[in-house]
Amino acid sequence: MDHEISKKRITALVILRLLIGWHFLYEGVVKLYNPAWTAKAYLLGASGPFTDFFRWLSSDSVILAVDFMNVFGLLAIGIALILGFQERVAAVAGMVLLLFYYLSQPPLPGSGQIGVEGNYFIVNKNLIETAALFVLYLFPTGQHFGMGVFGNKNTSHKSHHLNEPL
Amino acid sequence: MSKEELLGRFSRRKLLKGLAGIPILGAAWWVGASNTVRKRKERDAILNALDIQAGSPPPTGPMSGAPLRIGIIGFGGRGQHLVRSLGFATDDWLVQMKEQADQNPKDTRLQSFLDQENLNVKLTAVCDVFDVNAEIAIGSFNKENNRITRFRTHTELIESGEVDAVIIATPDHWHAPMAIDALKAGIHVYVEKPMTHNIRETYELRDAVLASKAVFVVGHQHRQTQSFLTAQNAIAQNVLGHVSLIQANTNRNDDNGAWQYDIHERASSQTIDWDLFVGNAPKIPFNKEHFFRWRKWWAYGSGLSGDLMTHDYDRVNCVLNMGIPRSVVASGGIYTHNDGRNVPDVMQISMEFPGFSTGGSQQKGKEQGMTLVYSATLGNQHNRSTILMGHDATMELGNKLTIYVDPQSTRYRSLIEEGKMNPSIPVYQYDPAISGVDGISSATSKYFADKGLLWTYRDGKRVDSTFLHLREWLSVIRNGGKPSCGIKEGFEEAITAHMGGLSYKLGRRIDWDAEKQEIVPIEGFDLDEVLLMNKEKVT
Repeated sequence: MDHEISKKRITALVILRLLIGWHFLYEGVVKLYNPAWTAKAYLLGASGPFTDFFRWLSSDSVILAVDFMNVFGLLAIGIALILGFQERVAAVAGMVLLLFYYLSQPPLPGSGQIGVEGNYFIVNKNLIETAALFVLYLFPTGQHFGMGVFGNKNTSHKSHHLNEPL
Repeated sequence: MSKEELLGRFSRRKLLKGLAGIPILGAAWWVGASNTVRKRKERDAILNALDIQAGSPPPTGPMSGAPLRIGIIGFGGRGQHLVRSLGFATDDWLVQMKEQADQNPKDTRLQSFLDQENLNVKLTAVCDVFDVNAEIAIGSFNKENNRITRFRTHTELIESGEVDAVIIATPDHWHAPMAIDALKAGIHVYVEKPMTHNIRETYELRDAVLASKAVFVVGHQHRQTQSFLTAQNAIAQNVLGHVSLIQANTNRNDDNGAWQYDIHERASSQTIDWDLFVGNAPKIPFNKEHFFRWRKWWAYGSGLSGDLMTHDYDRVNCVLNMGIPRSVVASGGIYTHNDGRNVPDVMQISMEFPGFSTGGSQQKGKEQGMTLVYSATLGNQHNRSTILMGHDATMELGNKLTIYVDPQSTRYRSLIEEGKMNPSIPVYQYDPAISGVDGISSATSKYFADKGLLWTYRDGKRVDSTFLHLREWLSVIRNGGKPSCGIKEGFEEAITAHMGGLSYKLGRRIDWDAEKQEIVPIEGFDLDEVLLMNKEKVT
């Protein structure tokens, strides 16, 4: 019974990992293949308590590095999550990246948000995806489905958590 | 590791599980890349079809050589802005902007001023009939490296030998007399809009400019606006097809916008040279309100037609170069600010250009003629943008420029049918503010750089258009060339404004005789007199 439950749990977590991986990778690829893309307009539209920091990121001397790091980060995180390789590192990096997005335009009363559909107050999709990555960080599944299966069994003890009743 | 262990680690089942991510990875990459490349191709196809070049204007020349000596005539609000653009900010303004910047770090007005290029000029003379204004100039600009003298009259200033060029920012009725005197003395002139206050002096000023070697410029600084230069190119590429109607508007709803300016506490017949202010206007006793709120009376100002319509007319003329309208019909009234003024606060002016065409896409001869409708109210500030309506596309023209194709366009028919162009979303959007590195422009920066949006920068910075316009004037003085708003443009602007004012007062159509280069006379009326009169008194 327990074994059945944990298999389903693993499957659910793998699906979550692949979906988030796809999301990151796709965003990265779209930006990579669009030479006109830059985060400048997005950063200029920053609102909330960290506006000045994000405006600084959009300045001419910094924006090239910001754009490169963003695309590289999205691709690397997406690839790692899909392949199940270094997924915990990827989960942490993804959380950091998403928190940047979240803080640049937090859904707070009085701060305008660009290009969002739906209605948000404090909680938005960026925050939820961050929380989902936190789950993936705690419960890696690469050794069940992904390149983790080639790893040393002795070092993949984290997976045992998944086999224990929650 | 034994063979068995190795086989165990890389069993067929494990290989499947371990590498299952690779096809997913490939799929995401392939879909993302092909979608993006396809969209880019579509966007490029649209941009190629439109072929609009959002290039920079031709660069103006260097500001080298001996410093030019400038005199400012009229040191009120606009005069102070103009000399600030030359690099001379009053002490009060600097203190005020410092405070604003301390309170709000996004307010970069002070920094922009400090970063402004040095135009290599000296502000050597000031002339203002109000002592307070003149004292501000002396107090702020009389420094060791810049000696400035106050002159009582413009003629004394011009004849002083202290100036090479003057900026005229007085009430409208003084524009032409001062400009003519300066030009006759070989002094370069930058005059605020409208160029003249009546018809007669429009011709006199034109003669004076043509007879003088001095450089003459009318202060329509919006000619420097990047989006208008882009619009010029869009018209040249016949992107809109034949434009049949243009609407341009003024919408204001505050005291300042209705010319209800503050009256200075030190204003009196002792501090204001009233007779000098009145000049060629009808003589009346000292009147503080007339002095500070002169735009409200035809005697000194030019009403909506001269004061504000000229902005919109020249803006369109800058893009289309359509010249003086064949005829003008105007109407309006004083409906919001019945406070003793005699200029209207609501006004519509229809200008007809029957022989004009921006180009077309249909059979020859079918499309010709255009109307420019100017509509203004000082009682509501809902933004109505300037719209150029062509058979093939519509252009919204402001600091931003947006183009929508028309669903019934001839030129874009196949592109619309193939789904490559969507009439409900802009096919082209140009927003120079999106390059904005300062906080004030952030509200307009919230556009993403796709869907045909092009970015251009002027050295990567937001630049004051008045600064650019003055720089262009100084460059023509120093290096030669042709100003973007010289006497031809000023003449067209002034005549059109006067036609609007005349039509409003006479309640009839005013015609322009292009061959004779004159407004068709109306029997029984001296048109210059009509321009100065109350509408009610015109019979």
